[in-house]
Amino acid sequence: MEKLISRFFDLKGAETLSVYHKEGGYQAAKHALSEMKPAEIEEEVKRSNLRGLGGAGFGCGMKWSFVPRNTGKPIYLVVNADEGEPGTFKDKYILTFVPHLLLEGIIIASWVVGIHKAYIYIRGEYELPYLKLKNAVDEAYQKGFLGKDIFGTSFELDVVIHRGAGAYICGEETGLLESLEGKKGFPRLKPPFPAVVGLFGCPTVINNVETLSYLPFIVNRGGEWFAKLGSEKNGGMRLFSVSGHVNKPGVYELPMGTALREIIFQHAGGISGVKKLKAVVPGGLSAAILTDSEIDVKMDFDALKAIGSMGGSGGVIVMDETTSMVEALRNTMQFFAHESCGQCSPCREGTGWIYRILNRIIRGKGRPEDLDHLLDIGNYLGGTTICALADGAQMTFLSYLKKFRSEFEAFIREGKVTENYANA
Amino acid sequence: MPTLKINGQDITVEKGTTIIRAAEKLGISIPYYCYHPGLSIAGNCRMCLVDVEKMPKPQISCHIQCQDGMVVHTESEKVKKLRQHILEFLLVNHPLDCPVCDQAGECWLQDYYMDYGLYDSRVNENKVKKKAKAKPIGPTIMLDSERCILCSRCVRFTDEITKTGEFGIFNRGDHSEIGVGKELNNKYSGNVADICPVGALTDRDFRFKCRVWYLKKTESVCPGCARGCNITVEANLDRPQHGQGERVMRLKPRFNDEVNDWWMCDEGRYGYKFIDHNRITQPVIRMDGAVRAVDWNELTENFLKSLKKLKPKDEIAVLVSPQMTNEELYLAKRFFVKDLGIEKIYLVRTNPDGYQDDLLLRADKHPNRKGAEWIGFVEQDKQTKSLFDQLTKSLKGLIVFGQDIVSLFPEKNLADAIGRLEFSAFFGSNYNQTSELVQYVFPAATYAEKNGTFTNFEGRIQRIRKALPALGESQPESEILMMLATKLHLDWPYQNEEDVFNGLGRSVEQFQGLNYKKLGTEGIKVS
Repeated sequence: MEKLISRFFDLKGAETLSVYHKEGGYQAAKHALSEMKPAEIEEEVKRSNLRGLGGAGFGCGMKWSFVPRNTGKPIYLVVNADEGEPGTFKDKYILTFVPHLLLEGIIIASWVVGIHKAYIYIRGEYELPYLKLKNAVDEAYQKGFLGKDIFGTSFELDVVIHRGAGAYICGEETGLLESLEGKKGFPRLKPPFPAVVGLFGCPTVINNVETLSYLPFIVNRGGEWFAKLGSEKNGGMRLFSVSGHVNKPGVYELPMGTALREIIFQHAGGISGVKKLKAVVPGGLSAAILTDSEIDVKMDFDALKAIGSMGGSGGVIVMDETTSMVEALRNTMQFFAHESCGQCSPCREGTGWIYRILNRIIRGKGRPEDLDHLLDIGNYLGGTTICALADGAQMTFLSYLKKFRSEFEAFIREGKVTENYANA
Repeated sequence: MPTLKINGQDITVEKGTTIIRAAEKLGISIPYYCYHPGLSIAGNCRMCLVDVEKMPKPQISCHIQCQDGMVVHTESEKVKKLRQHILEFLLVNHPLDCPVCDQAGECWLQDYYMDYGLYDSRVNENKVKKKAKAKPIGPTIMLDSERCILCSRCVRFTDEITKTGEFGIFNRGDHSEIGVGKELNNKYSGNVADICPVGALTDRDFRFKCRVWYLKKTESVCPGCARGCNITVEANLDRPQHGQGERVMRLKPRFNDEVNDWWMCDEGRYGYKFIDHNRITQPVIRMDGAVRAVDWNELTENFLKSLKKLKPKDEIAVLVSPQMTNEELYLAKRFFVKDLGIEKIYLVRTNPDGYQDDLLLRADKHPNRKGAEWIGFVEQDKQTKSLFDQLTKSLKGLIVFGQDIVSLFPEKNLADAIGRLEFSAFFGSNYNQTSELVQYVFPAATYAEKNGTFTNFEGRIQRIRKALPALGESQPESEILMMLATKLHLDWPYQNEEDVFNGLGRSVEQFQGLNYKKLGTEGIKVS
């Protein structure tokens, strides 16, 4: 199978402009700027069915089309490189191994929407990726691929890298905007949506690193070609970050709609040891967990949504039969409680409350009524807040309780203290 | 103009109106914490969630604007259940220390629990410990972080209204805490206690003085400056043991979008202490080195007797102040000028100019200068100057209303001058240097103990109302003047302040056609 982005992961020196350029890099951007009209590219992207690969899966071309072009205000591009969804590490690969691909995508997107300033908001913990990206931006400026008169055209684009400070919520697009503006990362009330009122009150396009990185391929080979690579309405390929109890964890670039079973057993080399599969998180920690009987699902946004989970960030976390679902859920909810921004009452109090109840259960102090109680709290956790953090927390939380209820019941019944959590 | 349906009732509203406002117009109340009509929308408490047909999730009614054809439900079983759960979330880490919380009785957690909660607690976990417990964060406000529901009203107030930015929310998730980055010490700090819906921010001045359900609330106007902020005087009259002799427990701002919106300044808010402290409660005659407490009859008869000995035209001066109500100024003018023929009647300020800003505070620290001007008193430096000259030369009698002229003009050495006068009188509510020198001391009521009107700097005539009985033997100045008029058989047509106000309407252009009823609770602007 042809690799697109991931071809560069194995190519020595692909993070440098010289190697990337030699491999045909920046040809798409140059072609776009000198030969193609913005509207033409926007059509191609719409045709490509490229979805937002940060997690929401919103059509990329559609997103661009919501941006008002003639308000008299500048339009900004904000690149979401705050990859924080647990189980997801694909953007890190792009930033580290082929940052110029992202820059090329940025140039194309900016050309299409009429943007002259792009901000890359990169996760604070990404030290090496930051250095590589920084170097790439410097190289691109030196070569005249960024700044004034790009590729000898009159097009101008500046790129600013901004490093986050470690909050998961700053990956939520409006939390990110607040953070970028120098404020606390509190997601914004919508409407207005960032397309209309975004960064510094101006129309703003927010795209994920991976989404932008597919643009050069679409420009080179056409939207239709890209659409055909994937499944219906889910164009192209995507990078799956596979981790957990598999023989070959890593980033796999596969067509949209590839079966989860194939990803685990074929590409990631199956379950390590002589163990059986128990459960899989298919799209980052916020996605509902799947049991071993659900892994024939096609890994695209729509198919996963249809079975009550989500494509999310493409982070696949595999758990074998030795995994305690009680522990796994406790750790999951610890994450959400820790990362809730604290704005909305249900999320702020609910995530922490659930975490503390699970903590009590794990210390062997669970009560039979806890489960129904947890379900009731969980029902009001999501759908009632400003951003989707609580929705994700709710989805994953309820899926554990519903799909593995008997394990939770047994755990509470036995009341044993789990070794690592005696002092939790 | 979208037309929508809320709980089955149709309503047409201006474009841009939020659901919560539209519901309010229909008399439907939706509970909320973070929403405040004077602040930006934060949308974080989620208490105002309502059901909007065709929208997949419940919507916060403080933020969502009415659309044509919307069908909104605010009291469906689904919404009620939702509110109950939101309330439960808000109380997970709340200490439930109502018995020792000063907010009890005016706490929105308590109120909404009674309205929408009424569930049994299911919280078995330890609460998240918050650091600030009864922590003073400035001269006026105490912070109890554990009671905070993080509605961010205080943050928005100091960001948007005072633009001083003291407050912030620190940390994340259920460890979030309200805090200040610097001391909360701005000119409007007390308002954060008003807008805090729970017991997190309480007023250090009011804290633990009195349970709020004992307070008698009376609509009034702040006398602290020319703005005339609408206030409520809150007094404890039934349980004197709670106030250590104080009756007025606090002042609260009262909404008037033409004057002060929802706010008042600290200067005004905490400037009520004089009502119960340092009061003159007894008529006094000071004669030949002896001070005698007398009754009103003796005071007025002796006063009038002394007064008659002097020539009203040249030998007597009367000083009125812009601190007096329109009614009092009008009666003073009628009594001293019209009826007694005194010509030297001057308007003299009580307070020097002070701080002014664009929010509420005015440099002129008198509530009724405009009214005094309308009634015909104009403060003139020349007059004041000549008064001081006369005091040492031709003047033999002086009647002072309220002002402490001795300490107000220290360089003039007025104490000696007053001491040399043949006749002197003071009408006032509180002791001061001047009141300690004069022969006749008339104990007067404070603004909280009488009815009347003030005219603010914009020409808005607003009512003050009697919140308390006048302390001791003191009387409103208008009553005292009426008493003196009766003694002189002047046959005035007034029984009370309202009659006087109607008299004003008959003789002063700006008051024409007005009466107390028309002034209502918000006053009327005349210009």
